[in-house]
Amino acid sequence: MTMRLANGAGSLIDREKPVAFTFEGQTIEGLEGDTVASALLANDIWTLSRSFKYHRPRGPLTMAGHDANTLVQLPDEPNVLADRLPIASGLTVKGQNYAGSLARDRRSLIGTVGGFLPVGFYYRSFYKPRGAWKVWEPIVRDFAGLGRVNVDSRHGYYDKQYLFADLAVVGGGPAGLSATLEASRAGLEVILIDEMPAIGGALNFARFVNGHADGLADAVGSDPNIQVLSGATCTGWFADNWLAVVRGNRFYKLRAKQVAVATGAIEQPMVFRNNDLPGVVVGSAAQRLIRLYGVKPGTRAVVVAANADGYGVALDLHDAGVDVAALVDLRHDASPCHFSDQVRDAGIRVVAGHAVSEAHGRDRVTGVTVAAIVGEGDCAPSGERIDCDLLCVSVGYAPAAGLICHTGIKLGYDGDTHMFTAGGTLRDGLMASGSVTGAHALEAALAQGRRAGWAAAKALGANPGAEPAVPNDLGNRGVNHPWPIFPHPKGRDFIDFDEDLTVRDIKNAIADGYSEIELVKRFSTVGMGPSQGRHSALNTARLTAKATGRDVAKVGTTTVRPPLLPEKFAALAGRAFTPERLTPMHYRHKDLGATMMVAGSWWRPAFYGDPASREETIREEALAVRNGVGLIDVSTLGGLEVRGPDAAEFLNRVYTFAYTKQPVGRSRYVLMTDRTGAIVDDGVACRLHDNHFYVTATTGGVDAVYRQMLWWNAQWRLDVDVANVTAAYAGINIAGPYARAVLAPLCDLDLGAEAFPYMGVRTGTVAGVPARLLRVGFVGELGYEIHVPSSCGEVVWDALMAAGAEHGIRPFGVEAQRLLRLEKGHIIVGQDSDGLTHPYEAGMAWAIGRKKPFFVGGRSIEIQMKRGLARKLVGFTLVDPNAPIPEECHLVVRGKEIPGRVTSCSYSPTLEKVIGLAYVAPDQAEIGSEFDIKVDGGRLVKAVVVPLPFYDPDNQRQAM
Amino acid sequence: MPFGLIKYGFNKEYPARVDLPPACDLKDSYDVVIVGGGGHGCAAAYYLATEHGITDVAVLDKGYLGGGNTARNTAIIRANYLTPDGVNFYAESVGLYKELSNALDYNIMYSERGHLTLAHTDSAVRTMRWRAEVNKHLGVESELIFADEIARLCPTLDLSDDVRFPVLAALYHPPGSIARHDAVAWGYAAGAARHGVEFHQKTEVTGIVKEAGRVVAVETERGTVKCGQVIQAVAGSSSLVARMAGFKLPIRTIPLQACVSQPLKPFLDPIIVSGSLHAYVSQSARGELVMGGSTDPYPLYGTRSSLDFKEGLMAHMLELFPFLGEVKVLRQWAGMADMTPDFSPVMGETPVENYWLDAGWGTWGFKATPVCGKRMAETVATGRVPDILQPFRLSRFEEFDQVGEKGAASVGH
Repeated sequence: MTMRLANGAGSLIDREKPVAFTFEGQTIEGLEGDTVASALLANDIWTLSRSFKYHRPRGPLTMAGHDANTLVQLPDEPNVLADRLPIASGLTVKGQNYAGSLARDRRSLIGTVGGFLPVGFYYRSFYKPRGAWKVWEPIVRDFAGLGRVNVDSRHGYYDKQYLFADLAVVGGGPAGLSATLEASRAGLEVILIDEMPAIGGALNFARFVNGHADGLADAVGSDPNIQVLSGATCTGWFADNWLAVVRGNRFYKLRAKQVAVATGAIEQPMVFRNNDLPGVVVGSAAQRLIRLYGVKPGTRAVVVAANADGYGVALDLHDAGVDVAALVDLRHDASPCHFSDQVRDAGIRVVAGHAVSEAHGRDRVTGVTVAAIVGEGDCAPSGERIDCDLLCVSVGYAPAAGLICHTGIKLGYDGDTHMFTAGGTLRDGLMASGSVTGAHALEAALAQGRRAGWAAAKALGANPGAEPAVPNDLGNRGVNHPWPIFPHPKGRDFIDFDEDLTVRDIKNAIADGYSEIELVKRFSTVGMGPSQGRHSALNTARLTAKATGRDVAKVGTTTVRPPLLPEKFAALAGRAFTPERLTPMHYRHKDLGATMMVAGSWWRPAFYGDPASREETIREEALAVRNGVGLIDVSTLGGLEVRGPDAAEFLNRVYTFAYTKQPVGRSRYVLMTDRTGAIVDDGVACRLHDNHFYVTATTGGVDAVYRQMLWWNAQWRLDVDVANVTAAYAGINIAGPYARAVLAPLCDLDLGAEAFPYMGVRTGTVAGVPARLLRVGFVGELGYEIHVPSSCGEVVWDALMAAGAEHGIRPFGVEAQRLLRLEKGHIIVGQDSDGLTHPYEAGMAWAIGRKKPFFVGGRSIEIQMKRGLARKLVGFTLVDPNAPIPEECHLVVRGKEIPGRVTSCSYSPTLEKVIGLAYVAPDQAEIGSEFDIKVDGGRLVKAVVVPLPFYDPDNQRQAM
Repeated sequence: MPFGLIKYGFNKEYPARVDLPPACDLKDSYDVVIVGGGGHGCAAAYYLATEHGITDVAVLDKGYLGGGNTARNTAIIRANYLTPDGVNFYAESVGLYKELSNALDYNIMYSERGHLTLAHTDSAVRTMRWRAEVNKHLGVESELIFADEIARLCPTLDLSDDVRFPVLAALYHPPGSIARHDAVAWGYAAGAARHGVEFHQKTEVTGIVKEAGRVVAVETERGTVKCGQVIQAVAGSSSLVARMAGFKLPIRTIPLQACVSQPLKPFLDPIIVSGSLHAYVSQSARGELVMGGSTDPYPLYGTRSSLDFKEGLMAHMLELFPFLGEVKVLRQWAGMADMTPDFSPVMGETPVENYWLDAGWGTWGFKATPVCGKRMAETVATGRVPDILQPFRLSRFEEFDQVGEKGAASVGH
């Protein structure tokens, strides 16, 4: 049966363009512009989903995209608001949270035992006898949740855009439109954000006495100073007017100098038995259906009103051809409103001083009981039954004040108007206008909007003229009924539709002692569901106030947090830009078949070959360096320029060693400790000039080192300047007995052992490229670390590879380097040290300049040394050469005690035995001491302490 | 239908079980005043009353019960720490947690889900092995596992190689659990209240009164109360309250944010943590994905939400679970993490006599609630700090005897 109105109504739909989609397998005909919900209602289908706890049928409540009753399932998307989702050809929609079929949900039986499931029942049961919860929990979990995730889906394309505005207006209703126009007139650049496909807000669907706002939307639409984002939701306010705005697959981040909140008000439900039945809606939902979608909301309706808006709803229904069986006015003595005469003329029966005490029906309202009100929240036990398939409720509003609350402002409660309040200028750069402030009269909303636009212009230094006047009467009286809550002895009088919570649940939570509003919420879960209390917070506050004998204002509200409406993960993630750093020679490594590994944000070659040949390749690379020549890309090493008259003094303070007397042309090891004396980084400092050091740092540590240097320099104010030049240089280390032979023909320097000795630093050219050359020995062979401008990295790499061909040069990766340095007993900061290791523990006392007065961490190390060592890093080999090779981080154990751990361990092809570094107790650190390592399977492997380095103990090879 | 619920169905009047008695006036004096009505304060009160017979106790909170970090944490419980001191401490907590529903007669919905800490770099793999080895040596179940086993435990996790940070291994901790965080505080409070402990909500402490280096009274916005001893358990405000008592703490307070998705039918069994991707997630009994990331980049005594937190976290969530793109964030919030230099808590003696500290709970406070409550109660009752708390003494910082747990933090810092 089609419920589409024949009178041409429906500002959002295009009657010429039918669109077909499926719902629960059934083909549904809608029109372009329809939402899933409006198209279903046009086909008289009201049950969209099932509720969270009792699996009760759920149908649209507001048609505004504010309630969770319309959450439906798409193939790849759970929990979609059907009253927001536009229909599209081929769309496949299903209901949620049911077993069997949506119409006959087997789990709806649970509603019949609702009496056994009091508020917080899961705290009271399921755990006795011991272990029972393990049985119950999977069942409880399975009942929970709403929509289903499709784990095989991949999300679509989402991106982000930054926006800037003098004034951002949120809400395109009368107040928002007039704020926008007023500000634009004063020369401001304005962005207007509105949820609906067409701006206008209530002007597009509500019934007004006369049209004061004619042309407002058109004026906004044609103003070049105004950018309109319609169909967009502002989901959050963050510090300094930073707004999150979602529109389709784009996420906007909007920085506004001023923000005008004109988000309107959310019409509130009434509480009575079965008030959650499909067909029970707030009055504005019916108006939206009629005017936006041309859908007749029912055939025979009852309207409950406590304000003039309800009378307007009755008239709208009447005009749309709905038989209005009764207008039930909660008020005994309602003064006539501007619609009263029309209602009388239309012949609509008005029943004053009555309420609906109960709705009837199974999956859809089929009738209501109307009973006299005999006290606050109290209906006469019997009443008149009226058949209807639609019940519209207009008993009041709550401000849509989410954005205002995001700023930290708490709502108040006005006992005269029975409204939550938030209004006026809320904080610098943030204003509110329209019904969010309680201004329900159109004239007042328009005037407040004008004043907000004017105030924004004034605050930004424009000359907006005289301050617009705002009428004293906001129209906020007689809008909210003080107590639209009619508990029923038989229950099912729902406060929260998301969570199936009734009046009794709230009262019982308070009776159990959870009487603060936050505890009411947390214990009962009221307001915790997908609609976040938009339709339950007001009545919950009222019930809590009454039950605890306080004012609603005193009871307060719970905290409103972003987002205002749920945001998709993919929208927040956007294109998910994760930076990757590639060295200048990256593609050479790829061409050479390198297996790459993550090193901070860099990619580095682990070894050159297939993962399958890992061990063998690493071994070959290491032997190539020992016996021939190899080269490794060290571009990821940090590079820091430290310049200025105090450069040496600066290094003297931030590093443990002594640098003031370091000669130009020499490099020196640097070890950095933090203020607790713990090792945090190492590298070398090359003195290129009296006032200029080039300092290297570890790949992972350089950013923190640089930050620390800047921080200390800001404290000390030495005459020194620090620059992080890591990315400016490509670094190549060529090492091995033939290193000099390969490099010499390419380099303009005398590479002789005397002219350029070990630990020397020179500047010259390599392959015609200006270069810094460092003779360092991390891998323990004759070697040169060559730093050239990044852009020339490939040229120099190629030249070295070509020149080395006759010597069998071989590139080696990080893994071989780790093995080679282990053979030399060099530590890797972070692997052979941890967050608390101080230099003495790591056997690096030699790296501490004892004569200097100060370095960062020095005093802490001194204090710790007074206590003596707690552990010590030693070199070890295995007593039994056939024992399993310990893994790094296997423990050194002594009974229950854990004196330390293995930090590095490997089989050395050069030494043909297993070697490693480990922390042991001080009394185990003597050469020749034995200790136990607990390897996989809990087996103990005996190790023996040996001197370091394992390889070339006299350091002859690196000094060649 | 469990028997416990039958009375609710057949009783005409709701058989209320008053967990939290109505507010009453403050007395002039208490044996013990506990500042802070979070999980820790409630637990300490409970154990004072039940194990030591000390019931003349008032728990004071400036807000509502369990409304601070107890309400804001992501409810993960585990013992897979790095140092023996840490492992022993948290293992005792896990043991108490397992029995807590029955001990308190309050279902805290303790749910053993298994806890997977993913390693995306070889250095992370080393740290995970370290933790696994220490855990196993001390009798705590933990194991370093690789792709096949990870896929078996969490089939929906993206384990492919063609992502920015492929998963190399994981630390698997079978006892890793979640629980209903509020229920822990309420259960303890209800248990303590049954023994006569008073709970005073919306009662802010404004000053600490000392005589000759000893605490004698606590000033509140509702008047001054004399007291024999004080436990300070105010995570997020520890340094501020300690300053009232006249001493400084080595604590920086940094916001830590979290968020939940809309409720979904269950699809994620274990708790998944990725340090490299700054993301952790579990699915609650309600079906919501509970998610968190790294602490904020700067210290702040505040719980405001930020947008960039969500943007970064969701980008990382999609790296782990690419199919979650169309799932939606329902709510975000923040707590305040009292960070210590060594990522371990501070408990026990202070420079003020009879003033006991329970602080420095960074991002690891909820999981320690039972053990901390029990051992703090023991401390107050006996006047002696038990051995299990000794490593966490305040003086360890001046003695350079820290309990380094940075390597075991789930959250990036």
